[in-house]
Amino acid sequence: MVSEKTTQSDLHRYPVMGLLPERAAAVAIALDTVTDPEIPVITIVEMGMIAGVRVEGDAVIVDMTPTFAGCPALDVIKADIVGAVENAGEPTVAVNVVYDPPWTSDRISDEGRRKLKAFGLAPPGRRCGNHEVVDLEQTPCPLCDSTETDLESIFGPTLCRSIHYCRNCLQSFEHFKAV
Amino acid sequence: MPTFETLIELNEIERDAAIDLLTRLGDDDLIMGHRNSEWTGLAPILEEDIAFSSMAQDEMGHAQAYYQMIHELSGDDPDTLAFGRGPRAYRCSSFVSLPNERDWGFCVLRQFLYDMAETVRLTALEHSSLVPLAQLARKLRGEEKYHLMHGRSWVLRLGNSTDDAHQRLQAALYKAYPHALGLFEPTSADVTLAQAGICPREEDLMRQWESAVVPVLGDAGLEIPEDVQPVNGGRVGRQPEALKELLENMQVVYNIDPSAKW
Repeated sequence: MVSEKTTQSDLHRYPVMGLLPERAAAVAIALDTVTDPEIPVITIVEMGMIAGVRVEGDAVIVDMTPTFAGCPALDVIKADIVGAVENAGEPTVAVNVVYDPPWTSDRISDEGRRKLKAFGLAPPGRRCGNHEVVDLEQTPCPLCDSTETDLESIFGPTLCRSIHYCRNCLQSFEHFKAV
Repeated sequence: MPTFETLIELNEIERDAAIDLLTRLGDDDLIMGHRNSEWTGLAPILEEDIAFSSMAQDEMGHAQAYYQMIHELSGDDPDTLAFGRGPRAYRCSSFVSLPNERDWGFCVLRQFLYDMAETVRLTALEHSSLVPLAQLARKLRGEEKYHLMHGRSWVLRLGNSTDDAHQRLQAALYKAYPHALGLFEPTSADVTLAQAGICPREEDLMRQWESAVVPVLGDAGLEIPEDVQPVNGGRVGRQPEALKELLENMQVVYNIDPSAKW
């Protein structure tokens, strides 16, 4: 098991192409303001959902790699990205959905994980994203950090969450699943 | 084997074959998703209510992704594909059309057989020469792993449980198996898809699926049906009455005003 401290995740960082530094910075600041509608404490950049920013003609294209293909929040997120980048002074903005790179929970930044935990959602395990079979038992409790926990349900209130019970602090909690 | 980095690199025959494949995949997921959604509010326990509702949402999301790719190939509108077609235009297998009949044991078994079929297919499609499809397959398989985990654990639990549970599951397996084999009904695109490296032959996928489900069913103490004739026809639009009834229900709101903006 690799300890949390020694792994530094930077998969959430994205390439910016074709924009001069000042314009690129303005777009980046705008993207940092867009949050996940279902977990409003975390930004889509911290979630690792931005795959890249580029220019086509006069338009700024934001490549977004979706968390769950069926996530109903995606349309809201797309509209929020367009709104934020337009407010930063870009007249033409489009969001392009990509599956390369595929989003996995390993793309969530360290800061994002800290925010998920503070929100009461156990962050996903590391390096068990995508196809790895994960052990959902003993997920550390976000409230007391105990691993004396049980999986109650693989599925939860949103597609990305499972439900657990902590035998130490006797609380139910939700976990952001490793995908 | 050459790869197709984008959809426009396909020639006309390959393009039609790819649309055939994507329509089958999208229609299976859409109808399976709808059947799952019929458990919303009615499943035997709350956790399963949530599970079937979540899987419904996932499958419909996957259908949407396949329809979007068809849109890029043919220009057809994804919403019209989902809601604007009559039963004979659907290419789903009869397996997903089978009514739930309030039999949760049957539905959880079907979900397991279906998710294993999807996992086998998506694993193969990750190596598809059609790069956008390979990328999508890699994405979707990561989500399917939770469906499979759910289905497998219930099949093992029920199969090794009381006589009543075991017998119900066994009956469900006899009922479902011939239809499940119909998931691998070859179409006229079968050879083209395999030769172009887009998707393996259906018979190859069926063999892989059988070698994946049989050990789990065996561990659940279930007898594997033998000498089963697949129920085919769905892939060429020969659809059961059950699909017609399902669509009448699913499309009722859309048909009030197909041009409405949502």
